[in-house]
Amino acid sequence: MTFLDGALLICSILLALAAFGAVIRMIKGPALLDRVLAADVLLVVLASALIAYMVASRSTDHLALVVAITLIGFVGSVTVARFVQDRRRP
Amino acid sequence: MNSFLDVVVGVLLVLGGLLSLAAAIGLLRFPDLLTRMHAATKPQVLGSLLLLTALGLALRSWALVPLLVVAWIFQLLTVPVSAHMVGRAGYRTKHVDKDRLTVDELEDVVARVERAEDVDD
Amino acid sequence: MSAPRISLRTELPLLAWLVIVWGALWQDFSPGNLVFGLLLALLVTRFLYLPPVELSGRFNVLHAVRFAFVFVWQVIVASVKLLWLAVRTGPAVTSAVIAVPLRSHADLIVTATGHVVSLIPGSLIVDVDRANATLYVHGIDVPDAAAAERLRRSVLAAEAELIRVMGAAEDLRALRVEEAQ
Repeated sequence: MTFLDGALLICSILLALAAFGAVIRMIKGPALLDRVLAADVLLVVLASALIAYMVASRSTDHLALVVAITLIGFVGSVTVARFVQDRRRP
Repeated sequence: MNSFLDVVVGVLLVLGGLLSLAAAIGLLRFPDLLTRMHAATKPQVLGSLLLLTALGLALRSWALVPLLVVAWIFQLLTVPVSAHMVGRAGYRTKHVDKDRLTVDELEDVVARVERAEDVDD
Repeated sequence: MSAPRISLRTELPLLAWLVIVWGALWQDFSPGNLVFGLLLALLVTRFLYLPPVELSGRFNVLHAVRFAFVFVWQVIVASVKLLWLAVRTGPAVTSAVIAVPLRSHADLIVTATGHVVSLIPGSLIVDVDRANATLYVHGIDVPDAAAAERLRRSVLAAEAELIRVMGAAEDLRALRVEEAQ
């Protein structure tokens, strides 16, 4: 096992733990906004995992996907934030 | 030279993963929405910078650099906006633990605006 | 579609950015691809109208490069601090919301300052009063009034840097006068 392989393994474990933490926060809540926040973190962890995968496979196949994930996370959290704020006064 | 670059890539990967984990720890440990907000998205900006740099170094390709830069700049542009939107909605819908605030200079302003809105209704 | 006319000069940075994104996504900076990208950028800006960004007309490249390094360094330091805070203090952390009236009333500077402050971990813009150019900043780990004052000064310092990079001439003059005192 080379140094890079070891680093990739550690990085994957760290990312898996981070995703696990985000999922726990998503389950616990307590508010909708906390879940949105956790979903955002989960998306960034997913993008990070894609980058780590690309380093491992020496490809650039998913780089556009990383950009897209960033934008989807943005649109998602902004939309829900607007929704939460507007719902307060029916 | 190649093995040296691999070591740099490895270190960047581990640091990037560590920052993601930092976000998750903050998300679990901090007490209310706004403090979680700090931990959640912001360390990730640095984390993705490290990971994207690692990718650029691992592939050793200059043609890739513009796309990596664009990917990072999109993060720089979007993270503060979504953080602000969620934070603002959180503050206005009373998701902030007011007891933990040592100073709050927004409270009166929001209260005044809400009174004005009630009059409009 | 009758969008108000915007001069080509104010639109140029946006067009250039769109063309660069297009080239980067295709990973192809050949002239043909860039020309097609420019065509698309013109179409997009023509039919999906957005209010123009009012630039100040000056941009100090030297300050911008210096500020970029300072900024990344601040982000690194603050990220490590935040990690430490999450592991060590956790649920007992204190925070504060403070009002920071900015010097400049230009939308560009207010927005850019908000972005920079938000990107540095530990501070977050909760609300903006555009008419008075006041940012309401939520800061983490602010145990007392002295720490709140430090946070306020750091926001104003970020604004000063941005005025030096791309503020209008009169803002820069006001800043120089303030610093001379």
